[in-house]
Amino acid sequence: MSALSRRRILFGGAAVGAGALLTACTSNTPENNAQVNTNTGGDANPNAAPGQKVIIGFSAPAADHGWIAAITNNAKAQAAAYSDVELRSVEAGADAAAQRAAIATLISQKPTVIVMLPHDGKELNAVGIEAMRAGIPVINLDRAFPSQNAYRLQIKGDNYGMGIAAGTYIGEQLKAKNVSNPIIGEIPGIDSLELTQERTQGFNTALQTFGFKVANRRPAEFTADSGQAAATALLQALPKMDALWNHDDDQGIGVLAAIKQANRSEFFMVGGAGSKAAIDAISAGNTVLKATVTYSPSMASSAISLARLIGQGKGMSDLVELQVPKEITLASETITKENAAKYAKLGF
Amino acid sequence: MITETAPPEVRTDRRRRKLDEGVLRNLGLVGVLIILVIVGIVTKPDLYSDPTWVRNNFLTILQQASAIGVVTVGMTFVIIGGGIDLSVGAIIALAGVWCTTLATQGYGTGGMIFTALAVGIAVGLINGLLISYGKLVPFIATLAMLVAARGLAAQISGKQTQVSANTTINDIASTKLLGIPLLVWILGLVVVAGWVLLNRTTFGRRTVAVGGNPEAARLAGINVKRHTVLLYALSGLCCGIGAIMLTSQATSAQAAMANLYELDAIAAAIIGGTLLSGGRGTIVGALFGVLVFSTITNLFAINNLSTEVQNMVKGAIIVAAVLVQEFRFRSLTQLLKR
Repeated sequence: MSALSRRRILFGGAAVGAGALLTACTSNTPENNAQVNTNTGGDANPNAAPGQKVIIGFSAPAADHGWIAAITNNAKAQAAAYSDVELRSVEAGADAAAQRAAIATLISQKPTVIVMLPHDGKELNAVGIEAMRAGIPVINLDRAFPSQNAYRLQIKGDNYGMGIAAGTYIGEQLKAKNVSNPIIGEIPGIDSLELTQERTQGFNTALQTFGFKVANRRPAEFTADSGQAAATALLQALPKMDALWNHDDDQGIGVLAAIKQANRSEFFMVGGAGSKAAIDAISAGNTVLKATVTYSPSMASSAISLARLIGQGKGMSDLVELQVPKEITLASETITKENAAKYAKLGF
Repeated sequence: MITETAPPEVRTDRRRRKLDEGVLRNLGLVGVLIILVIVGIVTKPDLYSDPTWVRNNFLTILQQASAIGVVTVGMTFVIIGGGIDLSVGAIIALAGVWCTTLATQGYGTGGMIFTALAVGIAVGLINGLLISYGKLVPFIATLAMLVAARGLAAQISGKQTQVSANTTINDIASTKLLGIPLLVWILGLVVVAGWVLLNRTTFGRRTVAVGGNPEAARLAGINVKRHTVLLYALSGLCCGIGAIMLTSQATSAQAAMANLYELDAIAAAIIGGTLLSGGRGTIVGALFGVLVFSTITNLFAINNLSTEVQNMVKGAIIVAAVLVQEFRFRSLTQLLKR
């Protein structure tokens, strides 16, 4: 009996010790690289002078992807940069229904403006209309509402333009190298999403103008491990390749790992979104990643700045109009080694 | 259980029949694999005419099957023991995220591996305790764990992709021993260990007994509750190993990793001849199940066919495998009755 209890104490102690060690291991403070418009001093920019207090209600999906995380971080950081802005952030939950409920609560709190990145523009359309009817201007981030009366401002990235930018860069590079009949690979993200289809359409359209086409296309799921699996399959299918477009820099971590594991380097790769890791790799120039086309979460920072202007009834000072415009689509830019330094602060 | 209570002469007879069944089932899966390879040769003769590519492709298929293969071994034990573990993908994500936090990475390679394995076992133990002592149905307990573990993983990672800066961990995926990837060696070791554990130890025999008829097992003196806890802990351990393998392959971890691994692992175990109601199953069959899926993925990739069609074919193969098994099992018993 005593031997048994000693054993129990030993195991129990080991378990408690392991548990203590493990909980110590969850601390995680990655560097904060939020994209903030620092031009918030009143002297340089009259619009930035503190004005009427604006309460901004904010809602974005609780997705576990770097880009969405950057959206939320940027919104919070930009709001903190203004002394006259109070950000009320509500978790959007796991799906459109949960977000509808969250925004209904938000509307009842009567914020000055609502900024939201909907799970799905179509499914949240009615909520947008409801808020607008309640007299709260709605700013739609990235996922458009079908109804014009559901939003005051829509600010989004350009998925089709991203495909065009990637296809144009690849086409120009291959033309410059005089490659005829190049073998081009493509690794999109979740294939059923409209944004993925738009990116692919843009990519194909741009390649067609050079007379090129995609040889093989293996979708991943915006995660690094799915990127690794998709890239491994693609590399196996194309023993020789000239160029590769990977739609998303987050899954690109896995794509680059797979390329290294397969010991391949005969091609060049273009990324998508413009993460900090990707921009660093492009600057260093020691991987196959030579460029990335942006789809920047900085739009969340801009959305907060514009929400403040809308809340205070101001326009954008460089434009003639006295009000903020209704639709803004960010241009997708191509980041290469030459301009990487300039974009480094916009990496997320 | 019948085999152990039946008179000796019947026992040997039944054992032989059982063995034949298992071998037949595995042969069926080998047949499917051969058909898949033949389809590959016919559709892509240019690739298959290069022996280096063929060898490389074979190893790639094995390597891509390795992490899910390890998880499937644990899953097979749980299913044979009469349970199911829907939380394997979530455990991998939690173990992967936990072992790649900046704090854990500070402890070096040993700390990362220890953390992944400890988290896997701990979550498995919680599953097992909830099921055997909390009397929750395995489906519900592990479904709850699926949601909770991914939630905790997202909380710890702050929804970010955590890059592993540990070159030793990252190199696991690119290291080769005697020309065979280290990941494949790990899979081989786990499969051999699983086979020995299931077929050559009392633990394995008890697993079959508990899954076949828990009440009879209890009356025979087996501590069914404790055994169930151990089975889920074993599955958790396999997930911990899988988490290290997957983290190494992706050189990073995040809360959404190993998405839907539970379905792949269950499907592989089932087409490998494991009975979903428990009490029967083989490790080798489960391995072939994993290889069939990995080969299909490869076949569709080299032919540039869409993943939608691939998923449809996967579904059809699961149904076909189960139908064929049922059919053969029935016709075999009818034949013997005559």
